[in-house]
Amino acid sequence: MNIVDSIRNQQVNDDIPEFSVGDTLRFRVRVVEGAKERFQTFQGSVIQRKGSGIEETFTIRKVSGNVGVERVFPVNSPNLSNITIVSRGKVRRAKLYYLRKLSGKKARIASRRDFTPKK
Amino acid sequence: MALRLLGTKLGMTQIFEESGEMTPVTIIELAPNIVIQKKTVETDKYSALQLGYESKSAKNTSKPEIGHTKKAGQGPLRFLRESRVDGAIVDNYNLGDEIKVDFFTTGETVDVTGVTKGRGFAGVIKRHGMHGTASLTHGAHEVMRHAGSIGASATPARVFRGKRMAGRYGNDRQTTQNLRVVDLRVEENILIVKGAVSGRTGGLVMVQKSIKAKR
Repeated sequence: MNIVDSIRNQQVNDDIPEFSVGDTLRFRVRVVEGAKERFQTFQGSVIQRKGSGIEETFTIRKVSGNVGVERVFPVNSPNLSNITIVSRGKVRRAKLYYLRKLSGKKARIASRRDFTPKK
Repeated sequence: MALRLLGTKLGMTQIFEESGEMTPVTIIELAPNIVIQKKTVETDKYSALQLGYESKSAKNTSKPEIGHTKKAGQGPLRFLRESRVDGAIVDNYNLGDEIKVDFFTTGETVDVTGVTKGRGFAGVIKRHGMHGTASLTHGAHEVMRHAGSIGASATPARVFRGKRMAGRYGNDRQTTQNLRVVDLRVEENILIVKGAVSGRTGGLVMVQKSIKAKR
């Protein structure tokens, strides 16, 4: 393995649970405001996952007070912690962009019944 | 003038910094540079250090060249480059001394010189960033990737020198200033700087402390 690849792979975090598009995740985001540092909890469904290795990112979407909120994070970002899978979704697409146009009952993702969330 | 070390561009990737920010970085291999020749005002009318980098086989090296590096106790080297430095700095080094990555420190800024990728005979769109017929002005029409107008008519009745046109592009020496040293690994001879550096992967680069560094 060459040095560039090894530097790239060193940063990949193996402890992150496997999740895929359609899953609902909950995690904490480190937010730095001036000198202070605090954690924000974010819960939403994964609508996109792309890239590989250190460059891999995912897009997570939630609807907060009738406004859709989407954020993109690197999968291996050290700013994310306590990633838990709330539910696994049954989806037929790799990118769930269609959710952006839907709201209310239409915007639900069917959950996979073979998944039991960890307590 | 600052001492300019020789290295090899290994490629680019991304790195998470302590703040959690993702930073684009270039990885440069700086194997120990060897002091091959010391030039002084007395002998050469200017002072400089000649550094050598990367060994090569003696089979393809001329005897004068072998003799030159032998004075510093070295086998033949592929790259020999001179850095103009003050006489006081020249006196600090002896022939055969190795200068390693720890010449730099994490957090300081460096200037990196490389030779840009040669693109051959390139048109104005690639070479000068013109817009062709995508532009509604500058006289470009009919031919999509052409430049359009190259000047007025009877006055001045010529095309000004330096008018941007198609031609050889790339293969130029180029320096990128003020790249921050994100990390360095002395055992592996690796220097990691933020941002892009001219040249192909595997190409020769020269690294020096920033001449415009903020103090």
